[in-house]
Amino acid sequence: MSNTDIGYDAATEFLGRTTNTQRVQGVLHKYPWLSAAIVLAISIVTFSFFNENFMTPNNLSLILQQVAIIGAIAAGQTIIILTAGIDLSCGSIAIFASMVMAKTSFNNHWPAWASFILGIVVGTSAGAFNGWLVSKVKLPPFIVTLGTLNIFLALTLFYATGRTIMDQELDPFYLKLGYLIKIGPFDVTSGVLVMLAMYVVLAFALRYTGWGRHVYAVGDDIEAARLAGIQVNKVLMSVYMVAGFVFSITAWIVIGRVAAASPNSGSTVNLDSITAVVIGGTSLFGGRGAIFGSLLGAIIVGVFRNGLTLAGVDLYYQTFAVGVLIIVAVSVDQWIRRARA
Amino acid sequence: MDQKGTSMMSPVAPVLEAKGLIKTYGRVVAVDGASLRLFPGEVLAVVGDNGAGKSTMIKCISGAEIPDEGTIELDGQEVTFRKPQDSREAGIETVYQTLAISPALDIASNLFLGREIRKKGPLGTIFRVLDNSGMRRIAKEEIMALGIGTIQNIGQTVETLSGGQRQAVSVARAAAFGQKLIIMDEPTAALGVRESKQVLRLIENLRDRGIPVILISHNMPQVFEVADRIHIQRLGKREAVVTPKSHTMNDVVAVMTGALTIPEAEQSLGPVR
Repeated sequence: MSNTDIGYDAATEFLGRTTNTQRVQGVLHKYPWLSAAIVLAISIVTFSFFNENFMTPNNLSLILQQVAIIGAIAAGQTIIILTAGIDLSCGSIAIFASMVMAKTSFNNHWPAWASFILGIVVGTSAGAFNGWLVSKVKLPPFIVTLGTLNIFLALTLFYATGRTIMDQELDPFYLKLGYLIKIGPFDVTSGVLVMLAMYVVLAFALRYTGWGRHVYAVGDDIEAARLAGIQVNKVLMSVYMVAGFVFSITAWIVIGRVAAASPNSGSTVNLDSITAVVIGGTSLFGGRGAIFGSLLGAIIVGVFRNGLTLAGVDLYYQTFAVGVLIIVAVSVDQWIRRARA
Repeated sequence: MDQKGTSMMSPVAPVLEAKGLIKTYGRVVAVDGASLRLFPGEVLAVVGDNGAGKSTMIKCISGAEIPDEGTIELDGQEVTFRKPQDSREAGIETVYQTLAISPALDIASNLFLGREIRKKGPLGTIFRVLDNSGMRRIAKEEIMALGIGTIQNIGQTVETLSGGQRQAVSVARAAAFGQKLIIMDEPTAALGVRESKQVLRLIENLRDRGIPVILISHNMPQVFEVADRIHIQRLGKREAVVTPKSHTMNDVVAVMTGALTIPEAEQSLGPVR
């Protein structure tokens, strides 16, 4: 302890010094999806070590097919979470849209394209309803979507009268996304490609357009965004509507995947999509994250479940492992934030 | 500071004139018939005790609040601001106490937040792609023009900057877009001595570029250092307008607290620069 005036310079030097830990934090902060990519790489290596069937084109294709629905929903969920919101009703919206598509086409004999467009309109409107409650009525997104989760579910059951529409009753258009396409050694469904296409479009919009920048700004600090002249309500509204659109495209993927339209499918999708987003490095507090991280997050969950199944591990332990993964992912996020607060 | 011409009667029209602004929140009367005049090329300090209605009055001018009554004239034209956007479009920029910057975004993105530039051609018009390199270039020019040399990388996120640097980003944004006037709400409240000095230089810099500044501050020495005129607000009204030359800090504080009343003839309601 000296009493000379070293204060300022010593402090700057101290603050300017970065340890290796800080450097790691810095990199993770800049590339929020990086930790997800590392986890994915480690888990793939580990699982292929335990079972030689894991690292086969067939199995990897299967994982991709299995994550198509969660991955697609997670894409919409990500843009909502980026605004510091959350959507618990995403699965309900998708199932609602899928029933509208299937029923108008089968029961009302609408042409496939017309029923498809109606499904999209219904799903997007459902998103708009959430967006209106969040931006105009100013209710917390968690409460809004907890309510609409039940509302949309009830509407679906009411509308579908509990009946599943089977594959032979469906217009072939709706089964298209279940068809397999060969890409090199991999067999993917066209549903997987549609999901990937949505990621590419959303990633482009988030990264290169003013809208994308505003989504981040609103999630980062909503009051600052408002004062900076961003029309915060419009941004929120658009985000919930785009998400509703994404969920209704997912409805199409769902019908293709299960080759039927059932009001009872997809009950776990709501929370699984949030899991994928969180594991993918997007912060639940908004403003930070990358949409491709959510794709990685969805794949990680798929890889865990598949790999543990191949290793002969019980379903209970798989669920346990996913739970641990979520908590670890959020801890990492908190740790990164603390570094730069 | 040298005072150029103190002719009270010069026929200079005010850039901004607010008359009889009233704003109430339920039963609380925040602004009670306040008036304010800002002349070309001056720094007008707005001082007042807590609850004197400074911030609310300023928010009415910057469009963040809608006054219940009263008029605002910009260059002699009456204007109505319903949202911050309206006043910005009219050429009024505000540097908020909270800075209104997004920590996770970089300096250039923050400078253009809410009015990004798109690329030319179909990429910009159809795909709405942002012209990031263009925005960075302009941002850099603006930061350089203000003489803030300490910011090395325009692509740095704002959260990595110091308080003074963040303030500088916020001021640079206002300077880049403020056509008519710039309002600064307590710009040095959160800053250290050295950084405060920097911000005061920025204010003088803006004035030298011909942009009038409204400075809201609690810090009397700073007000007396940069202000041309001092608007003293009390109980939601304009109590007096003085200059650092005509009155002392004690006088100003006395007016703020109601201990002193200055007759209108001794005030500086007209331009002094």
